[in-house]
Formats: sequence, C-alpha cells, structure tokens
Amino acid sequence: MKYRDEYRTPDAARGYADAIARITTRPWTLMEVCGGQTHAIVRFGIDQLLPESISLIHGPGCPVCVTPIAYIDKALEIAGLPGVILCTFGDMLRVPGTHSDLSAARARGADIRVVYSPLEALTMARENPGHEVVFFAVGFETTAPANAMAVYQAERAGLENFSVLVSQVLVPPAIRALLERPGNQVQGFLAAGHVCTITGYEEYEPIARKHGVPIVVTGFEPLDILEGVYRCVRQLERGENCVENQYSRAVRRPGNAMAQHVIQAVFQVVPRQWRGMGGIPDSGLGVAPAYRSFDAETRFGAVNGEVEAQGECLSGAVLRGEVRPDQCPAFGTRCTPERPLGVTMVSEEGACAAYYRYRRPAGGQARE
Amino acid sequence: MCLAVPGRLISIDGDDPLTRQGRVDFGGVIKSVNLAYVPEVQEQDYVLVHVGFAITIVDPREAERVFEYLRTLEQEADEPQ
Amino acid sequence: MRPITVIVDRREVKLVSESCDNQCPPLNDDHDVVKMAHGGGGRAMAQLLDDIFRPAFDNPWLAKQHDGAVVEMPGAIAFTTDSYVVRPLFFPGSDIGTMAVHGTVNDLAMCGARPQYLSAGFILEEGLPLATLRRVVDAMAAAAVEAGVQIVTGDLKVVERGKADGVYINTAGVGKVVAPEPVEPTRIQAGDRILLSGDLGRHGVAVMTAREKLDLESAIESDCASVLQPVLALLEEGIDVRCLRDLTRGGLASALVEVSESAGLAAEIREVDIPVREDVSAFCELLGLDPLHVANEGRFIAIVAEQDVARATDVLRRYPVTQGAVEIGHFVQGAAGLVTASSMIGASRVIDRLSGEQLPRIC
Repeated sequence: MKYRDEYRTPDAARGYADAIARITTRPWTLMEVCGGQTHAIVRFGIDQLLPESISLIHGPGCPVCVTPIAYIDKALEIAGLPGVILCTFGDMLRVPGTHSDLSAARARGADIRVVYSPLEALTMARENPGHEVVFFAVGFETTAPANAMAVYQAERAGLENFSVLVSQVLVPPAIRALLERPGNQVQGFLAAGHVCTITGYEEYEPIARKHGVPIVVTGFEPLDILEGVYRCVRQLERGENCVENQYSRAVRRPGNAMAQHVIQAVFQVVPRQWRGMGGIPDSGLGVAPAYRSFDAETRFGAVNGEVEAQGECLSGAVLRGEVRPDQCPAFGTRCTPERPLGVTMVSEEGACAAYYRYRRPAGGQARE
Repeated sequence: MCLAVPGRLISIDGDDPLTRQGRVDFGGVIKSVNLAYVPEVQEQDYVLVHVGFAITIVDPREAERVFEYLRTLEQEADEPQ
Repeated sequence: MRPITVIVDRREVKLVSESCDNQCPPLNDDHDVVKMAHGGGGRAMAQLLDDIFRPAFDNPWLAKQHDGAVVEMPGAIAFTTDSYVVRPLFFPGSDIGTMAVHGTVNDLAMCGARPQYLSAGFILEEGLPLATLRRVVDAMAAAAVEAGVQIVTGDLKVVERGKADGVYINTAGVGKVVAPEPVEPTRIQAGDRILLSGDLGRHGVAVMTAREKLDLESAIESDCASVLQPVLALLEEGIDVRCLRDLTRGGLASALVEVSESAGLAAEIREVDIPVREDVSAFCELLGLDPLHVANEGRFIAIVAEQDVARATDVLRRYPVTQGAVEIGHFVQGAAGLVTASSMIGASRVIDRLSGEQLPRIC
C-alpha cells in the first residue's frame, strides 16, 4: 500500500534508531499522545529500537478510554428505549458502563448497530422514519468533522428522528493539564498527527513556549514515530522547545479550514470530564445551540454521574502515564481483554490492551 | 486515536460540495468516501480517509522528506569529526 | 451493486451477495418455500428429500432410505464434525454448502486421513426459498465429488421463521488414517519449521464484504477449497508431517497459539514472510482488523523437520490451492503457547489468540 509500506522499511527504521542513539546523551521522557501511535509502537516494537535511556510514556489519546462511564450508561439507557436504534463505532461496544456494556445490551435485544462512518447512521435515520436514530459521537478532533457533518446534513434534510450523543474531546487542553500536574515527568511530546490534519498546530506553540517542552507533530507509521522521537530528542539535547511538523505530508500549520468551519458551526467548546484526569475546562465539544434539537441530551436527558471506575482498576493512572500497564498488579491476571477491569484494557487502542496483545506471553505473566 | 488510511482518488461523484463523494482505491479495495473536507482534491490525488471522510490530501513532495532527512543525518554521521 | 432480496411472506430474505453471477428466480408462489411441514417426517418431507437431496447426493446408502449408513473401514479412523452458520449463505467465491463439505474434508485431512463418508444435518428456516436450498445442496454435491467423498446419511429439521438464518448445516465425516505416524502437536520438536500453505484473510474478508453494508467494491473472494490433495501428496512423498492445523476462525494467530500450547513449545515467526494480498491488507487496514486473526477456509499450517522444508514446500507448490506455500518460522524451547513474531522493522511482538469478536475499529 502506497504511503504506508514505504514507512515500514527495516533499514530506514534502523537508520533512525541509530541516529537517535548517536545524539542521546541523557535520559529523556517523551509522551506520545495518540492511541494509534501507542498501538504502532507496541505492535512494531519501536520502543525496543530506542536507547534504554529514552522512555516513551503512553498518553490519554484514546477517546474511547477517556469517555466517562456516565456516557456509556446514557447510551445504554437510550438503547433500551423502544423504537430507538443506537449507532456506534465498534470501539465502544465493549467499554464497561456501571452495570453493563453495549455488547451485552445488544445480546439482550437492544437495537445497537456498529457503523464505520457517522453518515451510515444518517442513512439509517432516513430509512427508518418510524425509529429514533441516535449516534454515539465519540472522538478527538480527527473525528469531529465527520460527526459534525452528520448533524449538518441532518439539519439540511430536515430529519426529525436523528440525534447525536456527543462525547468529543480536544487534545491540547489535555496536554496542558498533564504538564500542569505536579510530578509531571514528560519532557517532550509527539503530538497526534491526524488530529493536527484538522486543527493545524498553531495551538501547540504557546504550550511549547510556556512549559518549555518540544512538541513534534508525528505520524503513525514506524518511520514517522522514529523521526518524531529523533526530532524531539534533538531539541531536548539542544535545550530547544518549539513545535515541529514531522508529518508534513498530511499536516499543514493552519489545518483544514473547511473542517474547522463545519465543526465551529455544529459544535461548541465545553468543559469535559476525562477518565483518569477529572474535569478539564474547555476540553471538549458539545452541540451548539443552533443544533440543539439534534443533541441526544436534549431529547433524552443530560448525562451526569460517576467519571471514574471504582475498585482495583488503574486506568486513570495509565492514562496519565504514571503507571505502565505491566506495572499494574491486576494486569494479565484479574484484568484481561475478556474480563477487563477498566477501559484501557477494553479499547483496542488502550495502552493496557496493546501491552496485553503484544507484550504479554500466553500464560499470563507480563514479560520484562 | 485515529485510524486514517491512504488511498488514491479515482473518480468524483456529485457537485454539492458537502455531499460529493469520491471512489478511493485502497490497494484494490474501492470505497466511496465523502470529499467535503478536501474541496481542492483532484482525481489521482492520494487522500487520508477517516471514518468515511477524506481529511487531507497527501503531499507527494513532503512524503519524501522522511527519507531525505534520514539521508542528511546519515551523511552528517559519516563526516569526519 | 445491491444485494438481491426477495420478499417472502412480507419478509425480506437476502439471497446472494453483489458479485454472485447467477441470480435466484424471484418467487411469489407459496409452494416454493420451506414450510414447517417439510420437517414433519411425513409426505412433505419425503417429497423434499426426493426432489432436492437424493438427486444431488445420489449414492447407494441414501437410496436405501435407512436410518443410518453402514460402511466398512479397516484400520484407524479419523472422525470430525463441524457446524456451518455463515451469513449470508452465498458470498464472493463460495457459499455455506461448499464450506460445509470442504471444512469437514479439510479437518480430516488435518488428521492425516483420507476422507470417505460424510453425514449432513440441515436446520432450515421456514420461508427459505426452495430454489436457494437447491443451490446449497447442489454446491455440496459438487464439493463432495471434488473431494471424493459421499454424503451417506443425514437429517432435516425445520424451525420457525426468524431462526436459523436461512439454513444451518452440520457435517460430520470419517476417513481412513493414511499417515504412517500420528499427525498431532505432541510430535512437534524444537527446531521444527512452520509452513504456511498460502496467503491469509480472503475468506473472512469476503464474508464481511457481503454481510456488512460497507459500500465498497472489492474483488476479494473466499479461499474456501479442499486442501486434501496437497496434504495427501505430502504424506505420499514420505515426508514426516508432525502436525497439521487448518486456519479457520481466529486465523493463523489462534492456530499457532493452540498448536504451540499443545506441543508444550514456544514458536517464532517472521511477519515479513507471511503472505497477505494487497487488497486484503488494505481492507483490514480500513477496518482496523489484523490479517493474522481473520478466518480462512482453504489454508493450513504444516509442521515438518528442518531438513524436510525444501521438499515439502516443493510438493505443496505443485497444487493451485497451496501454490503460495512458504516457510514462516519454527518452534523453540520456551513457554508453551508463547508465539512471537519479528516485525517488519525487526523488533518482536507477542502473537495472541483472537479475543472475542473482531470489531471494525476507528481508533
């Protein structure tokens, strides 16, 4: 596949790994924000190519993982109503709510349908005028334009049976919140490349300046991540802290104007609760007043309730990068993908799930 | 987050800027994709597709930079100190 | 490219996938569907058996119309069963009937046996068009001829509309063991090599393209096929085949983990040598699936000693179904069930069984 396979060549990977080793003189702690990058790192074993002194911490870049339990409960409540079709991305299906999850609800007869694109949910609304169709709109800025378009088109078409349950989150406020936490170890960031195709990266410049951290907009293939790490480490070694764009084949500084336009029309910035981080002001998107009638919280009642899972689960600490999945006492024993204690194990993009799949040997012991 | 996959746009369907779709070829699998967010796209361009939407056009010139940069670094390393 | 549907008793029955070339005749006559009476054991059932099943499977055992078939098989017998519940019934490259025969034939081949006799149990959904049933049964008959097996006994039940997704099929099969040594994981030794019979993922992807409304065009067809001939050829060449395992649900990953667990050994494979067609790989990428976990219906792994790799690969490559055969790794002393793959960029990762359902991802 073009624009994918060429970024996976072993020689170039080793070339970048060697370059990183040549310039590293001290330990550095970097964070890759995006779950897709975590997945690539663990799947390709990219961290195994880095010098021991470079630590990669996995950030909260998995919107599935950071969605509060209360939203799952709300989705379950809505799906349980007669005449409702709940549409969702596949990722949300097994995320635990307080008592159940969407997969179990579907097995018990709730009309829950997995879609690849929000536009499919819109089509379902058109084809099922006698049903309420609710789309569970989760995601970072990358998914916001698609989710916004579904609402935008619904309004243009005058659809009355379509609404969205929005749990959208924004990345830069999360990065700021992480940097402001006492005891923060992160010295440099690999920013999420696909988020930046939409938003651009101007917003990261004040963050880099204020906190003195280099931020490199990075792609998702092995060579992208290795180049991103190289650039970040080079800045750290030189005492620099600016924003660089490694993923220049996809990201431009101002981002995608059309996407931003539609997002700003349909959504508004709101405070959001993040699993593992608590409440962060101005860190999410909700439905704008002009589109209020398409907001599932208007039709079915507002979401409120518990943010954190109770009990043994350390997903909050994992999401903050304070604990590595294989450092959790329950990892691989009491907590597995089949019987997850928390969301970072359920979501394919979650750090615990990635570690379980690629690092844990069959038999249950975490590898070292 | 964000699984976005590169594919080649082989045809464009429709005129309405918000609803026009394109057929995108991903290594032999062709999918219909919404083109609202890449208004300047042309046939044969490569786009990144996320949940059924093209979110950006891949710049072929910039795509080379990853390899050019590595070559520069390797040349620097080879230079006598 | 729309799936073809027929309205039966005000209910939509999806018959075939987009790429199917011969269409089922549209029906609006109530006589042409399966009814509860067809499962009753009476005249209607006898008629159905005479009309559709016996002509297709035609053999002396079925002609006897007895409760069971009496066959003679000297020596060790391999015995297997499998049920087929695939939806839709017809998909690019294959169908439930073909799968029902090849799947059981292949399982027997994996035991180092030559399949001979199959049973076929059908659970039919009330309202299934008889024309569809005929197509399924005819497909089974053709597959049976290809594999050199006879379907000698069977059963038929009908359940209410809404159950059975059209039709569920169970086939059980017996075959004469022809391998001189047992073909099973306990015979695997450290150092033995893993041969993969061909490229991955076509079947699972083909079914998904037909089932999910993904709005895409693809030429990917199921790899459903009998692997009997190449397996028998390996044995006839005198190659010491330690173990065989077909790669059905759960894909290559699950098969490797299970075999290495049973063998009490660890395994190491090279991801770069695992063949996946570009379009299959692209489809998996689009939906966030791992080709190592996608189902296959005409693929297997064969474990042989290191010195037999070249010969075994040559034999396999003579047959169309295994022409892509390639060595992908080997077994080592280590934690039972621990399968690691060296990635394209050289680092290693653990290969695990598929956990739960494969869900298309966005994230």
